[in-house]
Amino acid sequence: MSIAVHIEELTRTFGDFVAVDHVNLSVKKGEIFGFLGPNGAGKSTTIKMLCGLLMPSSGKGSVGGYDIIKQSEEIKKTIGYMSQRFSLYDDLTVEENIDFFSGIYGVPVEKKRDRKEWVLKMAELGLRRTDLTRTLPGGVKQRLALGCAILHEPPIIFLDEPTSGVDPVSRRNFWDLIYGMSMAGTTTFVTTHYMDEAEYCDRLGLIYRGRLIAQGAPAELKADYMKRDVLEIEADRIIEAMDVLRAHDIETAIFGSSLHATLEDGDKGIPLIRDILGEARIEVNSIGKIAPSLEDVFVTLIEEA
Amino acid sequence: MFERIKQMMIKEFHQIFRDKRMRPIIFLTPVLQLIIFGYAVTTDVNNVSLAVYDLDRSYESRELTRRFEASGYFQVFCSIERPEEVQDLLDRGKVLAVLQIDRGFSADIKKGKQAEVQVLFDGTDSNTALVAMSYANAIITGYAKSLGGPHVRASAARLDVRARAWYNPALRSKNYNVPGVIAIMIMLICLLLTSMAVVREREIGTMEQLMVTPLKPAEMILGKTIPFAIIGFFDMFLVTIVGVFWFSIPIQGSLPLLVLCTAIYLLSVLGIGLFISTISKTQQQAMMGTFLFFAPAILLSGLMFPIENMPVAVQYGTYLNPLRYFLVIIRGIFLKGNGIPILWPQMLSLFILGAAVMTISALRFRKRLV
Repeated sequence: MSIAVHIEELTRTFGDFVAVDHVNLSVKKGEIFGFLGPNGAGKSTTIKMLCGLLMPSSGKGSVGGYDIIKQSEEIKKTIGYMSQRFSLYDDLTVEENIDFFSGIYGVPVEKKRDRKEWVLKMAELGLRRTDLTRTLPGGVKQRLALGCAILHEPPIIFLDEPTSGVDPVSRRNFWDLIYGMSMAGTTTFVTTHYMDEAEYCDRLGLIYRGRLIAQGAPAELKADYMKRDVLEIEADRIIEAMDVLRAHDIETAIFGSSLHATLEDGDKGIPLIRDILGEARIEVNSIGKIAPSLEDVFVTLIEEA
Repeated sequence: MFERIKQMMIKEFHQIFRDKRMRPIIFLTPVLQLIIFGYAVTTDVNNVSLAVYDLDRSYESRELTRRFEASGYFQVFCSIERPEEVQDLLDRGKVLAVLQIDRGFSADIKKGKQAEVQVLFDGTDSNTALVAMSYANAIITGYAKSLGGPHVRASAARLDVRARAWYNPALRSKNYNVPGVIAIMIMLICLLLTSMAVVREREIGTMEQLMVTPLKPAEMILGKTIPFAIIGFFDMFLVTIVGVFWFSIPIQGSLPLLVLCTAIYLLSVLGIGLFISTISKTQQQAMMGTFLFFAPAILLSGLMFPIENMPVAVQYGTYLNPLRYFLVIIRGIFLKGNGIPILWPQMLSLFILGAAVMTISALRFRKRLV
């Protein structure tokens, strides 16, 4: 299988600040690659370098076989890019936006009509084509933005937090679109900080403070990096319980209404935690080993980093 | 390439004409400015309010007063009875001038002696006072002539000076102002539209989107300036048409030359607009930047105050002001019928300035993109 995106030792500094620190990764053709990390970890900076918006300080890379330093013009014809900021013209109608981007991307005249209808159908905007874009709901705008970014049928698309601020149903629909395109062979490079979205990706890369600290399929990450066990504890007064366990050097985090504790050996941990919480007069309703979620993996990885 | 520039232009026009704030700027402001400059802003001196202090009360004194009134330049506001009133009326600004005819005026005329009258002016507005003074001189001299001798002396009006203004024989300030309005309107509208349009894209994030498309910086610059150049030309014609047909401003020179010179002028104006966009983060900043440039550009252009009267250092500064050159060109074309043989130094300077500004701005613009 051939490689769509490949970077080696990619680095970008802003003054003394190292935004992206010697990152290596490659994305196969047709893959959905998820790029995860907290805000300011270097996700957007990496994407910008890949799209030719930003020059790397050192390192090299290629997108669709084109060099990111020397061939950014070719790259721009090969990719679709959609950013977290809503990137359509609010004061143009749906159709005017589509026509504009269609022209800018140089969609051949004979294809323009079909592509426009395709976007309108995909965004379910067939009946609102002459509406001003600013009147559309967030989720619909997002799909229209995606549609406009891929009017020229690019083999690779970059999505920078495409679903931030969109309701869960729209997010789900949006991911269905991405799946559909992936089936058709499109490579997708997507950044997100929604963990449920991370689970949809074929492969993930976790970036933290500019460094890529882990990469692999979601299942691999859980197996490889989660050597320790995760216990789910349901107890009264969970904040107090967390403080007590942390005071005993047990890694603990709140997950919804329960606690997740990470230990080397879960079986030994259960009686230990019962004892500690019993001593503190905190009643334990239930305790048991669970399969770690991606969030557990990332919390652990970031704490170790 | 042309397809992408065309798409940018279509998009800009859609946006400008959909923007409720922009439409009045494009269509209404030029006409409004023209009306203000055509009717209200006038340096012509008419209807100077005059008080008459006639102590002689003779046929001759009344004849002189009548001549002041008949000239059209003065309007008799009141007659004065007591000497204190002279001071009072001038102090309170009720009148701009006082005509004082002393007792014995008619007697002196009849005896063939030198008769004297006094005209006092409020010199607060020195320009108006000077103009009114020369009118008064002319009236008095005219009256003296009609008596058949230099009997009446008005300060130093012994010399018969006959001034004649060329190009604008009636010295109508409209003729002088309307071409100026064209120049400043093109500047204001193009500066505002260009700087705001670029900054708006940066503000809402579409600039980033455009940068990952195959659109090249040069195409973006052209797509962002040609629409506003077209609007600049449109406003030039709008003001010209209203000026010629409503205010009967003559166009002595050639219209194609005017179009050519406007194109050269637009090069600098759009360049400056682009420059402002590269130093502004928000649309408000762009607007502030525009006015920060616009106000001094007007004051230091020769539109209202002659450049020759400015301090030498400031005079040198005006060489960087595109409006300075364009005013000379547009007034030359409108009023004098000048052609390229006379205007070429201004046209060349304007072109060099425009090319320089455009290059600097385009480079800065590119740098901000990459």
